[in-house]
Amino acid sequence: MTTAGLLVMLLSVSTVVFLFSWCIWKVLTTPSETDTLHGTEFETPDVRMDKDH
Amino acid sequence: MSLKKEAWGSRLGVIMAVAGSAVGLGNFLRFPGLAAQYGGGAFMLAYAISFLIIGLPIGWAEWAMGRHAGQLGYNSAPGAFACILRNRWGKYFGIIGVIVPVVIYMYYVIIEGWCLGYAVNFWRGELHLQDAKETVGYFADFTGATRDASAMAFSWHSTLPWLLGVFVLNFYLIYRGLSGGIEKMCKIAMPTLIILAVMLLVRVLTLGAPDASKPHDNVVNGLGYLWNPTKVMVVKTEPGPEDKPREIVGAKAIEEAKAEVAASGGALKMREDGVIQQLANPSLWLAAAGQIFFSLSVGFGVIIVYASYLTKKDDVVLSGLTASSTNEVCEVALGGLITVPAAVAFLGVAGVAGQAGVGLGFKILPLVFSKMPAGAFFGGAFFFMLFLAAVTSSISMLQPGIAFVEEALGVGRRVSVAILGLLTTFGTGFVLYFTADLKALDTLDFWVGTFLIFVLATIQIIVFGWKWGLDKGFDELHQGASIRVPWIFRPIMKWICPAFLLTIFAMWLLKEIFGFDLSTGSAGAVSGYVTDLFGEKSSLVAQLSVAMVIAIFIFFGLMTARSSAYARAQKGLPKSDA
Repeated sequence: MTTAGLLVMLLSVSTVVFLFSWCIWKVLTTPSETDTLHGTEFETPDVRMDKDH
Repeated sequence: MSLKKEAWGSRLGVIMAVAGSAVGLGNFLRFPGLAAQYGGGAFMLAYAISFLIIGLPIGWAEWAMGRHAGQLGYNSAPGAFACILRNRWGKYFGIIGVIVPVVIYMYYVIIEGWCLGYAVNFWRGELHLQDAKETVGYFADFTGATRDASAMAFSWHSTLPWLLGVFVLNFYLIYRGLSGGIEKMCKIAMPTLIILAVMLLVRVLTLGAPDASKPHDNVVNGLGYLWNPTKVMVVKTEPGPEDKPREIVGAKAIEEAKAEVAASGGALKMREDGVIQQLANPSLWLAAAGQIFFSLSVGFGVIIVYASYLTKKDDVVLSGLTASSTNEVCEVALGGLITVPAAVAFLGVAGVAGQAGVGLGFKILPLVFSKMPAGAFFGGAFFFMLFLAAVTSSISMLQPGIAFVEEALGVGRRVSVAILGLLTTFGTGFVLYFTADLKALDTLDFWVGTFLIFVLATIQIIVFGWKWGLDKGFDELHQGASIRVPWIFRPIMKWICPAFLLTIFAMWLLKEIFGFDLSTGSAGAVSGYVTDLFGEKSSLVAQLSVAMVIAIFIFFGLMTARSSAYARAQKGLPKSDA
């Protein structure tokens, strides 16, 4: 591994780890963020409607 | 105190749910395959640039457009495009956003079956793979890569039974609306997967050179292969059509290669490809951008549908950023650092350079586990967690199709699931039958999993920046957001991102379709994916795979054309007056 390769690796890995850590910190410290943060949740409205019927 | 604990637990649970929906097979299996195929820091550089100037911005554009469409009552990509473009043709662009996830599901579910099969066989103590040759052979037999239809046996060591189990499970969960259970399971599975991946990473980084007789095949050279910006190669002075450059990594290996070149009497020479030279290859950019899109589910048609269920109070900016950053950690810091260095340690640089696709992880990781204490347990656990991560991703891939059929035909969820079930059974059966060299899977992964995603993402960002308008788009994005999108993303979304994508596309067309080599300015080789479709070297399986995608496009196109659901959408009106 060359020095340039080591630098590219350290820069890439540390950037994504920093970004991820910042997001976690932001979610954990922002009031009510739990209610407004979403991924691809599976209980979509059509699922709920289907269950109700 | 307990309240505080509960709040933190709940917040971490939400993060894990987002992570569960974001992390999938693309991170641990597809990315290492591409990194190995295009090997070198130049690919990683293209990948990082793609993440910043196309992955993040297009992801945010999708969240905003999807939520806007949802507020008007439209939950499918054709509906979203119709109400934003406000013309009769908009809905047809949206069909790509239905085709992409549905077709990717057809082969993704097969890889999901491989994960389950490997997990169970590890736990049964059946995977005693001693060397790379044996591992590669087992993978070929398991997947049927040796000949068509050979994966269709009812055996512990064949794809068919696992695929059937996974396929039925996915549709049962969706049909019964039980997928929320999987989501809850993911809150445990995701941290477990990450812990196992970190353990695996430590094991890989301490592997050294597994075969003492091949000291150059070691982990440090594996890291060099993945990250070194400059490629050093030995090439023939007068190469024949089949001769390819041999990449060399590591100071000692380079010294030996120089001695070999000196002794060759001029038959061989050393060549160095710098970063700029490598970045002139449009296929590398297409692959890097395609991987960013694939793993972030951008240009996929998935985010636009899930965002349509959100309200103005929801934070789409931080949701998008958290999902993306989780993905990147799993992909760059875990998936890439584990598989490629381990692959070089066991197969050597030459062995890895010839590998591509999702198979690399299946050919390498079992060997790493075999070198660990309690490897059977950990191997089974790792592939099982991967299977769980894949289930959440595959279920989310079906939702765009389900929402589209519900909307276009005006039917209920169960009818929609049944129609999608029939369609994907046919498509998955096709991929399962034509397994020789994994041709069908590879063809669909390129033309749909890379090319069509790229096309859809390009359309989306042009629509967002030029048709819908940045002001409206950013207003929508910032509704309910706890952070603001930095101003630099305005010119990126308006100018840089579309120009970047269109340039890559034009360069790719020139090189891969018309065979014009940009680096030399002369005629070069046309892409294998193109020659598979036309000319003397064409492959019937590749042609059938593309024909199937076109047939699905026509099917969805007819459904869209005959549906009355989009009449109000194309005037920018809500779905109903209520």
